[in-house]
Amino acid sequence: MPGRSLLEKIWDQHVIARLSEDTDLLHIDRHLLHDLGGSRGLLDLKSRGLKVHNPELTFATPDHALSTAPGRAGTSKIGMELLAALRAETAASGITLFDVDQPGQGIVHVIGPELGLSLPGATIVCGDSHTCTHGGLGALAFGIGSSELTHVLATQALIQKRPKTLRARFEGKLPLGVTAKDMILALIGHIGAAGGTGYAVEYAGSAIRELPIEGRLTICNLSIELGAKIGMVAPDETTFEFLRGRPYAPQGEMWDLAVKAWRELPSDPDAVFDREVVIDVEKIIPQVTWGTSPEHVVGVDGVIPDPKSVDDPARRAAIETALEYMGLQGGAPIAGTPVDWVFIGSCTNSRLSDLRAAAEVARGRKVAAGVRAWVVPGSENVKREAVAEGLDKIFIDAGFEWREPGCSMCLAANGEVVAPGQRSVSTSNRNFVGRQGPRARTHLASPASAAASAIAGAIADVRMMGR
Amino acid sequence: MPKPFDKLTATAAPIMRSNIDTDVIIRIERLVGNGIRGTLGKWAFGSLRYLPDGSENPDFILNREPYREAEILVTGPNFGCGSSREGAVWSLQERGIRAIIGSGFGDIFFANCFQNGILPVIVDKAVVDQLAADIEATQGAGKVSIDLETQTIVSPSGARHSFEIDPRRREGLLKGLDEVALTLQRDDEIHAFQASDRTARPWIHSTRTPASRTSA
Repeated sequence: MPGRSLLEKIWDQHVIARLSEDTDLLHIDRHLLHDLGGSRGLLDLKSRGLKVHNPELTFATPDHALSTAPGRAGTSKIGMELLAALRAETAASGITLFDVDQPGQGIVHVIGPELGLSLPGATIVCGDSHTCTHGGLGALAFGIGSSELTHVLATQALIQKRPKTLRARFEGKLPLGVTAKDMILALIGHIGAAGGTGYAVEYAGSAIRELPIEGRLTICNLSIELGAKIGMVAPDETTFEFLRGRPYAPQGEMWDLAVKAWRELPSDPDAVFDREVVIDVEKIIPQVTWGTSPEHVVGVDGVIPDPKSVDDPARRAAIETALEYMGLQGGAPIAGTPVDWVFIGSCTNSRLSDLRAAAEVARGRKVAAGVRAWVVPGSENVKREAVAEGLDKIFIDAGFEWREPGCSMCLAANGEVVAPGQRSVSTSNRNFVGRQGPRARTHLASPASAAASAIAGAIADVRMMGR
Repeated sequence: MPKPFDKLTATAAPIMRSNIDTDVIIRIERLVGNGIRGTLGKWAFGSLRYLPDGSENPDFILNREPYREAEILVTGPNFGCGSSREGAVWSLQERGIRAIIGSGFGDIFFANCFQNGILPVIVDKAVVDQLAADIEATQGAGKVSIDLETQTIVSPSGARHSFEIDPRRREGLLKGLDEVALTLQRDDEIHAFQASDRTARPWIHSTRTPASRTSA
């Protein structure tokens, strides 16, 4: 019998009942709720006359619909109603809520790891596709829809089909100016936005082992942009050091017991994967997207694809449609494209290390005239730590706006939008049509690249910024 | 509880662009609020269906006869990728869509379809392309038939194509099964799992900590 993969080990540990050859009823260890879907699920449950099966395994925070303006000014009426409903329904069900302005509040995929709620070997779900983020700690984490959300509230379990496995090995030493965000965008460019559909992706290789946890969370976060709803990194000493002492991480003897179990989780050397991809990270340069799918990505020193040079008619038409939406010319260099907005934030890139990387570029410089640049920390704790380090001051001095934590302009659910036709460099995860607002044009990039672009007033190569 | 699905003969609209994400199917601002069910059909594919001034885009297929009445979509690769928003499925359902045929779907969207009694059918891209061509050859007048019981699709040209589907999913759709009710019948097994897991992995289950510890 061949060895088992990380996914298979965690999966097998959670099977309550085998329902068919490839479908199981899985136990869910952590269920995270947010303001867009949390109260809706709890109300749905109530209307069916059911109760939350395990409120102690369920946690909630508002992040999507809140304004990130100072004092939360401008939260819409409906956003306030959702917040009130989340407060009322979590209280009624005995679910812990990390509320506005309290430590623990923040983007749901930032607070899970930060609080030690997300643990290696745990199954974690949330009504949000970027739940794959938590896989950076060696968890089996994935996004679910509203119906599955109600199912988990009612049963603390979920019916799931066992996915195929894909191992993406990043080998080599990361060049200067290249980050976790660039690594994962390069992989998406390589295998496409559907390259991971139906798979759970395990990220491995020397470059992953060298990455701190926050970088691993960024990598796993974009798994869904590969089409994979699950992305994970095997836990190691870096993982244990990150988690030790966090509020909800086990302590004392229980910590020792947990670490002992977590050391058994990494894929066996003879584990078999359905597909394997190897990426040489030494060839990666900072990445930036040019189109309307995350697979529309190039190195920042590259050129925008020219549809005229593409033979396949479907691909050519897709490029033409994307370029028309983006207002770009095929064949032109991507660097130097003027930008109107820069957004540093989102569950992809709003953690302390992301803000430090952006601040390092911004320090002592000024945001270009005509560019509006926002920094939205991922959580209340990230915000407080950043302020304690003086990062807020660096950003404000450089002309960035320093905001309150939340999802903000990543998906614009709270009304914070890029105006129609305007161009944004964003550290978020989706450059979809209209994602940052109707007809907004989004270029995805790393925090350092985004900060460099804010300073330059155009898409910029951070490696030319001389730090 | 989803409505059962067994067979359907209906107008089908090919929407062949690759990577149509759930943000394009339904914009986020339509999904903010707890009273949205029943309001979404109008906003399905909003950014494609309407021009910036709010009028209908005559070039978009669902704005043209006979596709306006389509109950089946024939879609390009990776339809429904991106966000987990189930509102994407709700909006299509409220627009009258009951089945979607494509070469591949976003994993979460695919699962959400079954939860709402919508049949997503995966067939080879060559079959999808042929279906789209057959539909366009009749300018949409030729109907497409889908029979879930026999797992076959009949194109307007009369060509028959079989498709594979997970047997559990198939049964769930045919009978309109409610997964929550089914799983609750196994509540004893869930409790038994948790009891033994509390010994094996106590750190998963003891989560009650004082609020004062939430500062990381």
